[in-house]
Amino acid sequence: MGKVTGFKEIERRDSSYAPVAERIKHYREFVIPLPEDDLRQQGARCMDCGIPYCHNGCPVNNLIPDWNDLVYDGNWRGALDALHATNNFPEFTGRICPAPCEASCTLNITDNPVTIKNIECAIIDRGWQEGWIEPRISPRRTGKRVAVVGSGPAGLACAQQLARVGHAVTLFERSARMGGLLRYGIPDFKLEKQLIDRRLSQMLAEGVEFRSNVEVGVTISVDGVLAEHDAVVLTGGSEVPRDMEKTPGRELDGVHFAMDFLTQQNRRVAEEHIGDSRPILAGGKHVVVIGGGDTGSDCVGTSIRQGAASVTQLEIMPKPPEAENKALTWPNWPMKLRTSSSHLEGAERDWSVSTRAFKGDGTRVTGLELIRNEWKTAPDGRMSMVEIDGTEFEIKADLVLLAMGFLHPRHDGAVDGYGVDKDPRGNVLANEEDYKTSREGVFAAGDMRRGQSLVVWAIREGRQAAHAVDTYLMGSSSLPV
Amino acid sequence: MHGSDHRQPAGLYDPDHEHDNCGVGFIANIKGRKSHEIVRQGLQILVNLDHRGAVGADPLAGDGAGILVQVPDRLLREEMAAQGVTLPEPGGYGVGMVFLPRVEDTRARCVASIERAIAAEGGSIIGWRDVPTDNSCLGESVRDEEPLIRQVLVAPPAGMTDQDAFERKLFVIRKQSHGKIWYHDADSEGDETGVFYITSMSSRTIVYKGMVLSGNLPVYYPDLHDERTESALALVHQRFSTNTFPSWKLAQPFRLLCHNGEINTVRGNINWMMARRQTMSSDILGEDLDKLWPLIGDGASDSATFDNALELLVAGGYSLSHAVMMMIPEAWNNNPLMDPPRRAFYEYHAALMEPWDGPAAIAFTDGKQIGATLDRNGLRPARYVVTSDDLVIMGSEDGVLPVADDSIIQKWRLQPGKMLLIDLDEGRIIDDEELKAQLASAHPYQEWLDRTQIQLEDLPEEIGAMSPDAETLLHRQQAFGYTQEDIKQFLTPMGLNGDDPIGSMGRDTPIAVLSDRPKLLFDYFKQCFAQVTNPPIDPIREELVMSLVSLIGPRPNLLELEGANARHRLEVRQPIISNLDLERIRQIENHVDQTFRAMTLSMTYPATEGPDGMEAAMERLFEEAENAVKGGYNILILSDRDVDADHIPIPSLLATAGVHHHLIREGLRTSSGLVVETGEARRVHDFCLLAGYGAEAINPYLAFDTLSDLAPRLGHDDVEKLQQNYIKAVDKGILKVISKMGISTYQSYCGAQIFDAVGLSDDLLARYFTGTKCAISGVGLDEIANEAVKRHAIAYQGVLQFSGALDIGGDLSYRMRGETHAWTPETIGLLQHAARSGDQNRYRAYAKKMNDQDRKLRNIRALFEIKFSDNPVPLDEVEPASEIVKRFATGAMSFGSISWEAHTTLAIAMNRIGGRSNSGEGGEDEKRFTPLENGDNMVSRIKQVASGRFGVTTEYLVNATDLQIKMAQGAKPGEGGQLPGHKVDAWIGRVRRSTPGVGLISPPPHHDIYSIEDLAQLIHDLKNVNPEARVSVKLVSELGVGTVAAGVAKAHADHVTISGFEGGTGASPITSIQHAGSPWEIGLAETHETLVRNRLRGRIAVQVDGGFRTGRDVVIGALLGADEFGIATAALVAAGCIMMRKCHLNTCPVGVATQDPELRKLFTGQPDHVINFFTFLAEEVRELMAQLGFRRFDEMIGQRDRLNSQAVIDHWKARNLDLSRLLHAVEPGPDVAIHQCEEQDHGLDKALDNMLIEKAASAIESGTPVTIETPVANTNRTVGAMLSGRIAKKHGNAGLPDGTIHVKLKGSAGQSFGAFAARGVTLELEGGGNDYVGKGLSGGRLIVYPPKAGNFAPERNIVVGNTVLYGGIEGECFFRGVAGERFAVRNSGVTAVVEGVGDHGCEYMTGGVVVVLGQTGRNFAAGMSGGIAYVLDEHGDFEDRCNHAMVDLEHIDENGPTSDGDVMADMTRDDARRLKSLIESHLELTGSGRARQILDLWDQYLPMFVKVFPTDYRRALAELNAASDQKKREGATVLAGE
Repeated sequence: MGKVTGFKEIERRDSSYAPVAERIKHYREFVIPLPEDDLRQQGARCMDCGIPYCHNGCPVNNLIPDWNDLVYDGNWRGALDALHATNNFPEFTGRICPAPCEASCTLNITDNPVTIKNIECAIIDRGWQEGWIEPRISPRRTGKRVAVVGSGPAGLACAQQLARVGHAVTLFERSARMGGLLRYGIPDFKLEKQLIDRRLSQMLAEGVEFRSNVEVGVTISVDGVLAEHDAVVLTGGSEVPRDMEKTPGRELDGVHFAMDFLTQQNRRVAEEHIGDSRPILAGGKHVVVIGGGDTGSDCVGTSIRQGAASVTQLEIMPKPPEAENKALTWPNWPMKLRTSSSHLEGAERDWSVSTRAFKGDGTRVTGLELIRNEWKTAPDGRMSMVEIDGTEFEIKADLVLLAMGFLHPRHDGAVDGYGVDKDPRGNVLANEEDYKTSREGVFAAGDMRRGQSLVVWAIREGRQAAHAVDTYLMGSSSLPV
Repeated sequence: MHGSDHRQPAGLYDPDHEHDNCGVGFIANIKGRKSHEIVRQGLQILVNLDHRGAVGADPLAGDGAGILVQVPDRLLREEMAAQGVTLPEPGGYGVGMVFLPRVEDTRARCVASIERAIAAEGGSIIGWRDVPTDNSCLGESVRDEEPLIRQVLVAPPAGMTDQDAFERKLFVIRKQSHGKIWYHDADSEGDETGVFYITSMSSRTIVYKGMVLSGNLPVYYPDLHDERTESALALVHQRFSTNTFPSWKLAQPFRLLCHNGEINTVRGNINWMMARRQTMSSDILGEDLDKLWPLIGDGASDSATFDNALELLVAGGYSLSHAVMMMIPEAWNNNPLMDPPRRAFYEYHAALMEPWDGPAAIAFTDGKQIGATLDRNGLRPARYVVTSDDLVIMGSEDGVLPVADDSIIQKWRLQPGKMLLIDLDEGRIIDDEELKAQLASAHPYQEWLDRTQIQLEDLPEEIGAMSPDAETLLHRQQAFGYTQEDIKQFLTPMGLNGDDPIGSMGRDTPIAVLSDRPKLLFDYFKQCFAQVTNPPIDPIREELVMSLVSLIGPRPNLLELEGANARHRLEVRQPIISNLDLERIRQIENHVDQTFRAMTLSMTYPATEGPDGMEAAMERLFEEAENAVKGGYNILILSDRDVDADHIPIPSLLATAGVHHHLIREGLRTSSGLVVETGEARRVHDFCLLAGYGAEAINPYLAFDTLSDLAPRLGHDDVEKLQQNYIKAVDKGILKVISKMGISTYQSYCGAQIFDAVGLSDDLLARYFTGTKCAISGVGLDEIANEAVKRHAIAYQGVLQFSGALDIGGDLSYRMRGETHAWTPETIGLLQHAARSGDQNRYRAYAKKMNDQDRKLRNIRALFEIKFSDNPVPLDEVEPASEIVKRFATGAMSFGSISWEAHTTLAIAMNRIGGRSNSGEGGEDEKRFTPLENGDNMVSRIKQVASGRFGVTTEYLVNATDLQIKMAQGAKPGEGGQLPGHKVDAWIGRVRRSTPGVGLISPPPHHDIYSIEDLAQLIHDLKNVNPEARVSVKLVSELGVGTVAAGVAKAHADHVTISGFEGGTGASPITSIQHAGSPWEIGLAETHETLVRNRLRGRIAVQVDGGFRTGRDVVIGALLGADEFGIATAALVAAGCIMMRKCHLNTCPVGVATQDPELRKLFTGQPDHVINFFTFLAEEVRELMAQLGFRRFDEMIGQRDRLNSQAVIDHWKARNLDLSRLLHAVEPGPDVAIHQCEEQDHGLDKALDNMLIEKAASAIESGTPVTIETPVANTNRTVGAMLSGRIAKKHGNAGLPDGTIHVKLKGSAGQSFGAFAARGVTLELEGGGNDYVGKGLSGGRLIVYPPKAGNFAPERNIVVGNTVLYGGIEGECFFRGVAGERFAVRNSGVTAVVEGVGDHGCEYMTGGVVVVLGQTGRNFAAGMSGGIAYVLDEHGDFEDRCNHAMVDLEHIDENGPTSDGDVMADMTRDDARRLKSLIESHLELTGSGRARQILDLWDQYLPMFVKVFPTDYRRALAELNAASDQKKREGATVLAGE
């Protein structure tokens, strides 16, 4: 309900960031939350729509109007319950979600959506702070064992849900610590890792067994896992990055995949060993990030913190419009220019640029040969790219980070081990109803099934897969879908 | 049922739904002098009431007419003498008028049955007489049904000399004769035993009736023309039935009465009468009482049933008038004017008999006395004249029998709840006061009451149950299916504000049986509501007739006359009782001399028995209840308080209705009271159902516990106050729901079963909800039990999803895991993107989403499969989309509820494509009547005429191609509306003819439509004003709507709309949005079927609306029988609506449903968007037509065999559905149209106005003044309207200069005299007017005065009827004499002077000036938000007669503020001057003696005047004055500064 006329009377206010000069000196979060009074006011802007578009815009279908109203009423505890009803990990989504909910907010028709993400984050932070969050230990044990393979957001959500209905859940993780992309992909300045640890301890109490440094299909046999469990859920990430193998100079030193670069930095912050690989560092270098997405953006922020001499981010697609055509997009997620906090820390961005070659001194990369392009739309709607002759140019580059997205999950290990069918894109084939793969008793969810996507989608799939597995094991399920 | 074939239920048609309204009249010689002249005059009255009846498709087949006269002794004596039989002395024999079957052996059985009955009672047959008849005047359709008519002459048992005793015997004989044949002998169908019927059997009266046109009655029965037929009284009746299926026995009069109106509570009344069987005994009837059963049931009509009950009371020893007062009590409990003995009389009888509630004018006679009475609300007209030659002539209208002016002694009307009685033996009229005073003092009723009546609140304090801890509370809430929405949308606002919450837009969720979610049993029932055949009531403005008083416990013996069985009675002021009050009942045994003993019975059963255990649990409950009552417990408390992990609650409604019916069946129900203690009931709808199925009081303990739990969170520390508010909200809600059906008391609602079921099995209903109707049969006890078990499991089996929290609900707002909705983020997005981009593929994606319901069922049509043709036709041969779109109309949304931008966008779009847009209620800015320069047209082709009549001017009506009478609206049938003051800006105020800033109220009923013949009259009025326009009637789908639609067709509507319950609204109680009205599929199927059966379908276009979203919907609508389609919400979505459901809050963020200038700017809709949508829709229709093999749309209409309902449905509830009744095809027979293809005959050629128009031709053309003189009679209806329509067409609202056309008339004018009279028209009438004088007056002037030759004082006689000046816009009226009820109701601006008014004067008035130079009735100024009234309060009791809720009373100060301007300009000043000038005009124009007297003694009279000044209006005027003063001052300052 909020306040009936709140949206007319109260301006949108967002949380702010610590000053650039200060925040780039460290890897900690730098968002300055709104004070409680302001947040409650912002909650009052929610119109409690007859059709809350945000509720659908949000992949986990957060009960946004409900908790907005509770926050407006100052009922934080109630808001926390409502939030947890649909989302296992609001502290993650409240920080790193691009907030499709806000795009679909009715007030976004006039570009002033409710600050849903800030409110979400405030509710969950408050919940932890007040000690309201406790393990929810199932009073009953089903006697069923489930293996969840991959401890990213999908795996975590799936494991937690299954444990809460009394299944014995083992969560397998290839790396040293649990969290997958959350821990190793997303920089600390966006998501501090103790947030994950805090959740893990809750899950531990709820009965989830964690097994790290175990790679199913490599370090232990796939059949063994399946034999020891009543069901196996594959929740790995979409880890194979898109490459530029045909581009001359790709083999030069100093050309790296974004994720290698980001993972190293996260390990450093965590004082974890970076492994066998050589350090990839941006300090004092001219850094070029190829790819205009969120991973690219994380590379920008990380490079700046490492002390890069310059950072340039290139995107092959044209610059999106600053504002979308609401009439034909709302309430859907619009294609528009998005500027992240990292961009604001000092990066050049360029669009409609194709990379023709990596230039080097024989071993190390020194620059890039680029050309401008344009995109044509064929009558059938397909877009194709044409390079524009005579627009070639070069830029300096000591470190090139490839952040052009991911193709599909790794196939070696569990995927090939179980021999599950794949879709044409190379993802594990399963539907969103029962999440079953072609192998009896093996399920798949998250990026491994859907392809690279948002954390919030991973949580959704993890939850839904848990419902599917529970139904598979018990005949019916009381878990929400 | 007894009747011939086509009155059998089949498909959706059910004869129980037939309604009849009518004209009634009587004439009597006060002195009891018999003559044939009286009979002749009675027949004349009948002919003059002809227009109140109806004929169906067969012009010779009326709906029935009849006459009751005294036994024509001379005729019979001479006729029998010819047979050689000598009759005993008059009164010493009885005569039975018998309808016999034509089939010989059946007839013989019937005759034998009569003979047997006579013999058994000790009487003897004197002889038989064949009644001569001439059936040449019968219509073909009724000739087949014509019975053989004979009279049987009966002699009393030997030694019986008392004529009353003989009458009782004859009653027993008649019952026995019928009963034997109907209930024991009836064998195979079609054996015609149903024809057998005894119209009367009495030594005093006889009834001649039949399916005859009223003028033909004496042709058919030559007896009536026979000079030897003599009587001192004649009671006549002309029937207007919604159906035309001939039923000879339903013609009236019945044995004691004829009835104009409708008994809304008849189902409950029948149940209660049945229930009394065991507790009734009579000293007078003795053992004969038992022979009268079955008491009810020799006809399907409410009137017949009423007659049955009345007969019993009279036979049981009550006087006729006493009995009528018991059955139709006047409103007594809120009436400060009633004297104590009379109140005691009514209060005493309240426990004996629940009111037979509904609009009624009843004329009754036992042959010794004749009289008439009106219901408490005065909803039917009854006028009478007393003449100097001892005649009383009573009729539904004035002027039914020409009477010499100079012989009239009195002209009056029956007033609400009042009775007129003529005692022929005493030879005098006994007036209401005398009669009731006499009855009230016949027994010491107050003493009896004091001895027996106990108020619950007077019992000693007890300790009510405490609220449980949070966890227990949560589990209980879950076990009873509470959702978060229940808390947020119902309990919270109800507790805080004491109001039933309001919502907006429609319902787009599945009916309960299609829902995946466990629904409460309550959700399977839909509230019934009144439309057309009786009016809903306004429970707020007309509170004085409403009562929530409930009596708990056993009922006294109905036939105990002496108060001897003085049983105690327990009374509560309202039926929702607190925990404490419940404890008082539980412990009552310890008080009140042990008169009461309460027993609590559990409505739960062991969880271990699972769903299968419920049936046995019900049986156990029945047994326990029965044993308890037999064991002397006389209050049963059904309780589910012991719900816990081990006990499953039986749905409280199932238990309540089941026990109620079980006790009725066992004849024990009136031996015990029924109280329900349940955690399940929480919404208003729930309580209404419990009440409707027999609960006398309800304790919703869990709702109270929930409120206690909420209190701290709501920042409310007074828990008791929250609970009280909640009770208040429920009470208000119940009043609203019962008033929607036209019921005014809880007592008569209790057990009245005013609900239709949807999707429950016939078996379940028959067993537990006996008598409840259901269009689509569905789930049984198994599924109901399963739902209960599911809820129980959620609560007590630790289901994770819900642990710690209630289910989300999602019925009211969309929620992903809540109830399924049609409108979702996805469908809205797709439709809007399609409409804006013009991309048909996006539309296809939208339509696919809407149509494909495999996974989530939402509506009935999803269950139909369209059977495509093996021979499809090429798409390009199918009628083009440009033609199909002409069948589309947008919905009725007022300018006021939606913004100017949204309203005109829809209008322009529809005009461009040749469809229709609808003005909605609220007038239309006249600038829209002229096309725009670019050729676009903003006019709404459909102009709506709703109950508020805002802005319904003559000009408005002539600028339309369709005039739609909104009887009901899908989202809130039976309700009025309210536009809050803050939405009435200057613009909307101007268009609605009201004051900016002052709220507007639309009454629940049209005050000129209380019955089907009233509707016919309004249709006639509108057709007169605009003969070119189609007149349409909008109805809402419910069971029986088809029958109403048939009546509408017979009332000459050109068009009827059937609205489904999914229809939208700007604001309406959530109770109504969710629970009133049925899906359109049901209503449409029934309508089409009934119209075809009646051969009326060709005459009337059928439109359907309420949730049409795709072309598939349209095709299914067409196959079920619709010609046209209304599509409102989807069109609005195309124009930008995003279903915020905030219309009622004025905060629509897309500028659609708001008047906020800032928000209106956000509207982005374009006509093209709307056109794109309708074009896509039509294209989808075309594609389906091609597959069906139809080239023309007309070919598709009514082809039900192209729908298949056998499609496999894999749904745990829906798979039980039986849709066959919906698809039942009627064989139309040759030449019977199944789509609209003919025109109605409106009979406009007979209008007096044709002559007026001819004579005023040059006046209309060029303004040349003209005076026309003409006689007028009550058959000349709507005089002046057609003339005024012509003027408005030519000159707009400005009309002609005042008095250009002066018409002088003489006589009693028919209804709607001067309706819509335009400026420039003066109608001067010497004589009198009937109902609806000056309806919609649009600038004209009306002058009415009684015959100058009359010998009576005009100021004490009636001169115009009821509902005068309804919706008047502007103009002047001067009435010398008294007006009936509801004078100047909803007057917007007319100035009127009158010499007295009935009840509810100036109701809902928003403007104008009314001067009353005499007494007013009660409830003056109810809902009056504007205008002023001056009332001469000579007796100083006006304060008690006025409703003070919205007005202040002021005295008029001669020296008050004045101006020198126009005396009518400023209502805050010039009162004395204005009043005097109006009285002077009155004197001048009518010659009023009353006016002269007042003016002569002005100084004496002026202080007796009271000014009635609406408070809001005064505030708004002051603000406007201040604003204009400010402007003036600013202007002056500028000038001064220069």
